[in-house]
Amino acid sequence: MTFSPELEAKFEKLLKSYPPGRQRSAVVPMLLYAQDELGSVTGELVEEVARRTGITPLEVNEVVSYYSMLSRQPRGKYHIQICTNISCLLTGGEELWEHACRKLGIGNKEVTPDGQFSLEEVECIGACSWAPALQVNYEFHHHMTPEKLDRLIDNLRKAV
Amino acid sequence: MANVKLTIDGKTVEAPANTLLIEAARRAGIEIPAFCYYEGLALQAACRMCLVEVEKAPKLMTACTLPVAEGMVVRTNTPQVAQARKSMLEFVLTNHPLDCPVCDKGGECELQDMVFRYGAGESRFLEVKQHVDEREWSPVVFYDRPRCILCFRCVRICAEGMGVAALGVVNRGASSEIAPNRGDHLECDECGMCIDICPVGALTSGTYRYRTRPWEMQHVGTICTHCADGCKTTLGIRNNRIHRGNNRDRSGVNGEFLCIKGRYAGDFAHHEERLLTPLVRSQDGFKPVSWAEAIKTVAGRFAEIRQRGGKFGVIGSNHTTNEENYYLQKLARTGLGTNNIDHHRTGDVLSLLRARVPLATTADLYHSKAVLIVGVDLAQQHSFLAYQIRANWRHHQARVYTVRRGPVREDKIAARIVSVEPGGELAGVETLRDDLAKEPELVILFGDAIQGEAVARLTEFGSSLGIPVKYVCLVDYSNSRGAVEMGVLPAEGGMTLPEMMAAGDLDALWVVGANPLRRHALAGKPFLVVQDLFLTETAQAADVVLPAASAYEKSGTVTNVCGEVQRLQKAFETPGTKTDLEIFGLIAREMGLDLKQLGPWTPSAVFAEIARTVPGYDLPVEVLEAGGAVQAGPSDGLPDAVWAPVQSAGDTLFTSGTLGRYSKMLNAVREAPGELYRA
Amino acid sequence: MLYNEPSPLEVKVLTRRFGLPNSQSLDTYLASDGYKAFRKAVEMGPEKVLEELKVSNLRGRGGAGFPTGMKWGFVPRNSPKPKYVVVNADEGEPGTCKDRLLMENDPHQLLEGMLIAGFVVDAHVGYIYVRGEYRYVIEILDRAIAEAYERGYLGKNILGTGFDFDVYTHTGAGSYECGEESALLESLEGKRGVPRIRPPFPAVAGLYQCPTVLNNVESFSAVPAIIRDGGAAFAALGTPKNGGTRLFCISGHVNKPGVYELPMGFNLLRMINEVAGGVRGGKKLKAVIPGGSSCPVLKAEECDISMDFDSLAKAKSMLGSGGVIVMDEDTCMVKAALRIMRFYQHESCGWCIPCREGTLWLRKLLARVHEGGGTQSDVPLIGELAKNMLGRTFCPLGDAAAMPTIAFVEKFREEFEAHLNGAPCPFESKPVSA
Ligand SMILES: Cc1cc2nc3c(=O)[nH]c(=O)nc-3n(C[C@H](O)[C@H](O)[C@H](O)COP(=O)(O)O)c2cc1C
Ligand code: SF4
Ligand code: FES
Repeated sequence: MTFSPELEAKFEKLLKSYPPGRQRSAVVPMLLYAQDELGSVTGELVEEVARRTGITPLEVNEVVSYYSMLSRQPRGKYHIQICTNISCLLTGGEELWEHACRKLGIGNKEVTPDGQFSLEEVECIGACSWAPALQVNYEFHHHMTPEKLDRLIDNLRKAV
Repeated sequence: MANVKLTIDGKTVEAPANTLLIEAARRAGIEIPAFCYYEGLALQAACRMCLVEVEKAPKLMTACTLPVAEGMVVRTNTPQVAQARKSMLEFVLTNHPLDCPVCDKGGECELQDMVFRYGAGESRFLEVKQHVDEREWSPVVFYDRPRCILCFRCVRICAEGMGVAALGVVNRGASSEIAPNRGDHLECDECGMCIDICPVGALTSGTYRYRTRPWEMQHVGTICTHCADGCKTTLGIRNNRIHRGNNRDRSGVNGEFLCIKGRYAGDFAHHEERLLTPLVRSQDGFKPVSWAEAIKTVAGRFAEIRQRGGKFGVIGSNHTTNEENYYLQKLARTGLGTNNIDHHRTGDVLSLLRARVPLATTADLYHSKAVLIVGVDLAQQHSFLAYQIRANWRHHQARVYTVRRGPVREDKIAARIVSVEPGGELAGVETLRDDLAKEPELVILFGDAIQGEAVARLTEFGSSLGIPVKYVCLVDYSNSRGAVEMGVLPAEGGMTLPEMMAAGDLDALWVVGANPLRRHALAGKPFLVVQDLFLTETAQAADVVLPAASAYEKSGTVTNVCGEVQRLQKAFETPGTKTDLEIFGLIAREMGLDLKQLGPWTPSAVFAEIARTVPGYDLPVEVLEAGGAVQAGPSDGLPDAVWAPVQSAGDTLFTSGTLGRYSKMLNAVREAPGELYRA
Repeated sequence: MLYNEPSPLEVKVLTRRFGLPNSQSLDTYLASDGYKAFRKAVEMGPEKVLEELKVSNLRGRGGAGFPTGMKWGFVPRNSPKPKYVVVNADEGEPGTCKDRLLMENDPHQLLEGMLIAGFVVDAHVGYIYVRGEYRYVIEILDRAIAEAYERGYLGKNILGTGFDFDVYTHTGAGSYECGEESALLESLEGKRGVPRIRPPFPAVAGLYQCPTVLNNVESFSAVPAIIRDGGAAFAALGTPKNGGTRLFCISGHVNKPGVYELPMGFNLLRMINEVAGGVRGGKKLKAVIPGGSSCPVLKAEECDISMDFDSLAKAKSMLGSGGVIVMDEDTCMVKAALRIMRFYQHESCGWCIPCREGTLWLRKLLARVHEGGGTQSDVPLIGELAKNMLGRTFCPLGDAAAMPTIAFVEKFREEFEAHLNGAPCPFESKPVSA
C-alpha cells in the first residue's frame, strides 16, 4: 500500500518515536493520520498497519473498533462534529444539532449524497467554556448558533 | 515461598504468600464465585463476582487479584458481599436473552448456577434488550453475542493456552464482542478450547449444538484414539452415539486440554461407511456373512496353513489396546507359530528403550526448566505436548529450544531456534551444547528425524551435558508405544512389516487395525484377513473382512507417547462389530488352540498377565481403574526385537490416518494446517 | 489564543504568558524566565526538587488531586529499567477545557515541567498523550519541541548539564477512558483503552511496564513556577494542603463563561458572580457541578464553598478537573443526569460488568423517565443501580457515572417524580434523545 510522501515521512518519524520493539505504540496515530488521507480505515489499511507494526490484523481491528474517531465508513469531505454534552447542552448544543440535521438532511454518522458533508453528534470536545461548540474536520468553532452554522455550511459549500 | 496466615469468614487459613485470595479460599473450602478468573490464565478482574470484604480496605476487593497477606481478615459471607454478587448478576442478566430452555449450556451453565446460588428471584429490567444475530465462525465454532458475558476466557485460552490468538475483542462498552481473526470467520486450530471454557452458551460447537441436553447423555471418560499424547476425553453418549468430547472436569494428564480430534473427531465411529457385518470374498465381490461363518472361514484357513507348516504374516495396530496387542503377538507366536509380526512403527521407541535413559512424563514437560524439541512440528503433531510446554513457558519461564526444518509455533516461545536441512538435526542439536549445558535440567523430544544410530548419538549427547536429561520419542496414534512394548515386533529371524509386504511367499497375512497397502504394495497373494472399522485399501484386497470395534467401544489400556498407561472405558456399542480382542479369542477357539495356555480373552485377565510378564508393566491397577495415568517402569530394552526404520504418519491437526478420513468434522474445517504461523 | 476575556480577579501564575505576543515561541518563553527552573533544578538535585514540590502542596490537576511530589517520590529511581515521563493531555472530562489552553499558549512551560520530572526520576524520554480532537494543539507542541531541540533545550546534554531528554507527542483517537492513567498507557502502547489491574501503579510499572511519572498537563505546567519561585510561595497562594492556583473552566448559564486562573480555595459563589459575571439573563442559580461532569452536583444553597479538594470532599462532591458547570433555574435535572449518563455509557470501555451493563441500563431508564414513561418505583431504582456500581467497577469510570447520578436523584428527587406516569418534562416539551 502506498501513501503520500508526507504521510510516509510521518510514519517513519512515528515508528522512531518509540523504543526498539515497541513499534506497536504507533498503531493509533498511524491509523488516524492515514484515515485523514484515505477518508476511512479500509481493510487494506488495517493489513498494512498490522504489517508495519508487527501485530495481527485482528489486533489492529480491536483497536480500530475501540476509538470513536476511527471509522470504517467513509465520511464527508467536511465532517461536522457537534457536541451536545452537558456544557453545550446548557447553551443550545441540542438545538444546534437538530438544526444541522435539518439543514443537511442527514442524521448521525450519515453523509450527504454529494459526499460533501457528514454529521456526528459527539461527546465533549474540550470547548465547554466557549460552548456550544463544534468541529469541522479538526477545526474548532466556538459560541455557535444556528445562524452561524448556516453561514459556515454555506461558505464550505461555496468552497466546494 | 513462606506461608502466611489469614482469616476468611472466621476460619484461620494458611497459604503460601502471594497466593491469590480466591485460590486460598477455595483450598480452604470457601467458594468465592467468579466468571473471568480462570486458574492459569491472565487475571482480568472484569466480572466483579469475586468482590469480598477485606478489613481496613475502604471498598470491596476482587479476590481474583488480591494476594493473601499475613493477618488479612476477609469476609465472604456478609450482607454487603451477598448484595454485591446479586447486583452483578442482575447487571449481567440485563442484556442476556435468558433462552436457557434452548441453550446448549443449559444444565451445565455457570451463569445459571451462579444465579441459582447468588442471584435475585425477579428481574427489574424493563428496557429493550440488545440483540445481535448468532454467527458461524467455522464449522466448529458458533458465537452468540447476547449470551456472552465477556469474561474473556476464550480470548485468553486461545492466545495464552494455544498460542494462536485467533480471538479478540472489538467495539467498546455494551457493544463489545468477541471477534474472530479473519473478520467474519476463524482460522485457527479449531480445537474448541474456547467453547468448553466458555462459562455460558455464547460459544457452541457445530458438533453438539441443538442436539441433546447434558442430562440426557451418559458421560464416559476414556482416552482419545487419535494421537499418541493420550488425552482424557469425556464422551457425551446418547442412543449409542457420541455427541461431543470434552474435559471440563480437568481430569487426566491433559487438564482442560483437548484438540479438535479429542473433542469433535469421534464422529468417525458413526460414519455411514462403517463396517457392520463380516465380509467374505466370493467370485462376485464381497459377500456379507454371519460372524460365525466368518470366524469359521478364517480359523479354518489358519488351521490348515498352520498344519501344513505354511507361512504367516501378522501386522498389528498402533490403535488397539495393550491387551489386544499382547494377545495378538502371543497368539501369533504360540498359536500360529510365526515370528513374522510387526506394526507400522512411527517413531524409534525401540532404540530409545535400549538406550536405557530416563523417560519424561507429560507432567515433566510442564515442569522441566528447559525443553529441546528436535525435528518435529509439535503444535501440529502433538498439540497436547506443545500445550504443556507453552504453559511451562508461561507459568515457569521455561527455556525452549527448537531444532527444525521450517518455522514451527514453538519458535515464538523459543530461547533459541536452530534451522537445519533434513538430516542435519543432530548437528543442529550439537550447536546448542553450551546453552543446554547451562540448564539445570532438560527434556529432549525427538521425531522420526532421529532414528537408529542417531538415537544413541542423541542420548550420548544428552548424557555428556552433565545435567539430568529425560527423553520423549514421538510416535503417532494412541498406542504406538504400547505396540512396541507388548512385542508386536519380530524377534530375530522374523519378518518386519516391509519384509512381509515384499515377500511373495506368505500363505496368510493377518492385518489388525492397520492399512499397510496405503504405503506398501503387497507382493504375493496370501490369504488376507483384515480387522478394521472401514473398507480401507487393505480391506478392499482382503479375503475376509472382520468389522472391528473402535477404541471408544472397548475397554483396556493404552500407553501414550510418554509411556503413561491409561484405561479406555467402553462408551457405547456399534452393533455388528466386535472388539479385536474378542475376535482373536473367537479365532483361537475355533482353531482349537490351547486356550489354557493363551489365557482368557478379557482385558483384565490379559492385563494381569502383562503385569506379570512385560517388564515395567507391573502397575497399580487401582490407579488405572480410577482413571489415573501411570508411567510404565523401565523396560528391559526388548533385547529380542528386530530394529527397522521408522516413519511418522505425518498427521497434522486436521488429519488422523484412516480414522481422520472418516471424520466429517475434521474434513469440514477449511484451513491449511500450520498456516497461522508459517505466514 | 484566548477565547474569553481575563478577569481582574485572576492570579496569573501558569497563565502569566497568555496573551503575550508569540506566547508559544521559545523566545517569548526565555524572555520571561523560561527554562530557568530547569537550570535551578539541576543545581538543586533531585532530592531538593522533590522536597520543594512537596512543600508546594501541588495536587494533581487531572482530577484525583493526589500530591504530585509524593507521586514522583514513588518512582524507584535506581531501577535498572528505563523510566518515562508521560503527560496526560487527554482532557476528556465534560466541562474541562484548560489543558488545551496551557498547551496552546505556553507549550514550553509544559516541556520544562517534563524536563524537570525527567531529571528528578532519571527518565530520558517523555510522551505527551494528546486527545485526537486537539490536532492543532499537537502541531503547536511539535513546533515547540522542534524549536527546543534546535536550541539545545531537548536532546542530548541539555544546556551542558549532561542530561538527555527526548519528547514526543502522541495522538489519541477518541476515547474518554484513555484519560484514565492505566488505560492511557495501554493506548500509548497501541492497544485498546482498557485500564489495567492496579497495583502496580504507573510509578512502578507504567509505560512498557517501566517506572513512569504520569501527570496532567496543568500539574506539569505548575512545576517550573514552583521550582523558580519556591514551593512555599506557590503553597501560599492557596489554602492549607491545597497549594497554588488552578485553572477553573466555567461553563453553562453564566454571563462570562471562560477559563480563569484563581487561587485554590476561591469561593464558588464569588467565582460565579464576580469572575463569570453571574447567572445569565438574571435567572436564579439552581445547581453547580463543581469539577467536571463526574462530580456530584451542588444545590444553589451549597455553593457558598471554598473551591479546594478537601472542602468539596467534605460537601460530598469533588474538585475534580476544575470544570465548573453552572445551571440556572430552568434546567431540567433529569435531562442533565441523562445527558451525563449517556456520556459515560458511550465511553465505558466494556471491560467490567457493572460499568458496561449499569451505564446502559441507567441510560435507558433515565431516558424513559425523562420522556414520561417512568413509574414511582423507577426513581429509587435509579439511585439503587448507581449505588450497585459505586466502588465496584474495575476503574473509576463507573464511579464517575454513579456519583453524579446518585446526587441528582437525592438532591432533586421531586424533579424526577414530576416526570413520572406520562407527565411531560416540566422544563420543555422536547425529549432529549437517548
Ligand atoms: C475515567 C477517567 C478519565 C480521566 N481522564 C483524565 C483526563 O482526561 N486528563 C487527566 O489529566 N486525567 C484524567 N484522569 C485522571 C488520571 O487517571 C490521572 O489520575 C491523572 O492524569 C494523574 O495526573 P495528576 O496527578 O497530575 O492529576 C481520568 C481518570 C478517570 C478515572
Ligand atoms: S473479576 Fe471477577 S472474576 Fe473475575 S474474579 Fe474477579 S472479579 Fe473476579
Ligand atoms: S460539553 Fe461540549 S465541549 Fe465540553
